[in-house]
Amino acid sequence: MLGEGILKGLAETARNFFGSYFSAERLTTVEYPEQRIAPFEAARVFPFLVYDGADWQAGLRCVSCQICEKECPPKCIYIEKSKDKKPDALGKPQFYPARFEIDISVCMSCQICVEVCPFESIKMNTEFELSTSDRFGGLLLDREKLARSNQYYHQIHPTEAAAVDARLAADKARADAKAVSAAAAAVAKAASAAAATAGEGA
Amino acid sequence: MIETCDQIFVLLLHWLESFLPASWQSVAGTVLCAATIVCLFPALFALAVWLERKGLGRMQNRFGPNRVGPFGLLQPIADGIKSLTKEDIVPFSADAALHFLAPVVLVVTVFMGFAVLPMGRNMVLVEMDAGLLFYFAMGASTELAVFMAGWSSRNKYSLLGAMRAIAQMISYEVVLLLSSVVVVMITGSLSLTKIVEAQNHYTWGFPHWYILTPWGLAGFVMYAIAATAETNRSPFDLPEGESELVAGYHTEYSGFKFALFFLGEYVAMFSISGLGTTLFLGGWSAPFSFLTWIPSWIWFFSKLMLSIFVFIWLRGTLPRLRQDQLMNFAWKFVLPMCLLNLFVAGLWRFMGDGWLRWVVCSAILLLAYASIALGEQRRKHVGPRSYRYAE
Repeated sequence: MLGEGILKGLAETARNFFGSYFSAERLTTVEYPEQRIAPFEAARVFPFLVYDGADWQAGLRCVSCQICEKECPPKCIYIEKSKDKKPDALGKPQFYPARFEIDISVCMSCQICVEVCPFESIKMNTEFELSTSDRFGGLLLDREKLARSNQYYHQIHPTEAAAVDARLAADKARADAKAVSAAAAAVAKAASAAAATAGEGA
Repeated sequence: MIETCDQIFVLLLHWLESFLPASWQSVAGTVLCAATIVCLFPALFALAVWLERKGLGRMQNRFGPNRVGPFGLLQPIADGIKSLTKEDIVPFSADAALHFLAPVVLVVTVFMGFAVLPMGRNMVLVEMDAGLLFYFAMGASTELAVFMAGWSSRNKYSLLGAMRAIAQMISYEVVLLLSSVVVVMITGSLSLTKIVEAQNHYTWGFPHWYILTPWGLAGFVMYAIAATAETNRSPFDLPEGESELVAGYHTEYSGFKFALFFLGEYVAMFSISGLGTTLFLGGWSAPFSFLTWIPSWIWFFSKLMLSIFVFIWLRGTLPRLRQDQLMNFAWKFVLPMCLLNLFVAGLWRFMGDGWLRWVVCSAILLLAYASIALGEQRRKHVGPRSYRYAE
């Protein structure tokens, strides 16, 4: 019948109108500054740099390989390599970033830097309240502002961080085993060499 | 005591007038009444905007404004301050005089309509014999203001919006008039006061409101449709269709002039609801005879706010029509029904009392409605829409 649809529609909006006063599922609005929803584990905003231990300068995982700088599509990363080397987590002497800057006004949160990093040192942050009154300096994050501890990484992305830690531990164990076997081989070689010289001598 | 409450504003007016010399009294009284109307309805406008935003929000399962003041009640004040402090831009090639006059003319003509509306017992500004005629004359001149705005802006969107508004308002003006004529036919008077008096009788506790008769109900439904279209409210808000025309005829208005358009639209809604209340819902009369002790002006304004709520409800429910649907609806459906309703009202008048006229009048209207609806359904093409392009 003509006009039936209008009545159905009116009934629907009336149901919404009164229902929103009684049912919490209908009113899904989260009144943001006062109320917040729990952050999502898979959320990503802008990158940060992971460091191990307590001192961010000593523990920064970044070895300044500049892969992320080259891969970054909008070119928002700027890295300056150090002149000297410092031992990394595996004890190997590595370069470190003398400057590492991300311009978050340029960054498009694509996560490509995270995907290409072979050292698990750059990850995505979930912090989103980054507004500032200084649109140039305030949005250019340097090493100190980018550095976050591994504990923080565990806090925001627990699953991902556990996987990363396991992988790093495996790498370290492999490196240790290699070092041990290398040392053993060196010892054996030295012993055989010693034996050979002794044999020659005899 | 009940009598005093009912007449409190009239008594207050007489008391204030008594301070003046007799020769000034009638002029001063009229000015005072007009000033009250001009202050009251903008206040009601602020309340209605708040109600509308809250109501629409709830219909869409959200909160609506809730930041300014308790429950967002101060939101209209914030909006008012904003529109007052905004820059008033007049386009370079606009006709400056007309551009300035359009909102003024709109608001003035819209307020003029209240002069003849009885807002309570003895509460009418001008006791006019041809009150309804005066009201429609004023209502029709808002179209002039709309076209002035659209034409003087020198903007294609404004002009298109104004053209649409004119086409729509003229089509529905016919319907509005014809749906109100039945009331005049039965009452035998164009005076709105007499129309209310005619409805202020009770049988078995029920009022003699015109909406409670077959022709009155049909007339009221068509009046409501035409009123929605006249005030450019959704689903007939084509003149300001924001998805097509930016904002229609008031695209080039900013700051306080825009606020005046906004005000004019709402005040027109109040006045047309007030007229609908007067014509079909018994004006200031109580809905049951045992409720007559409640002051008449409370009844009038409750009915007015109820109509506003229905307007908001419709806006929250219905999507906008297309221009051809709008025109077809007016000329092919509502207008024939209106003409038939005139005939039915005549029949009602001359069939005398008794149950027979109820049956005959209802049957005629229902049959006509059903046959038009069936015809519509048969002609309707249901299926995927086909597009034709120029070759």
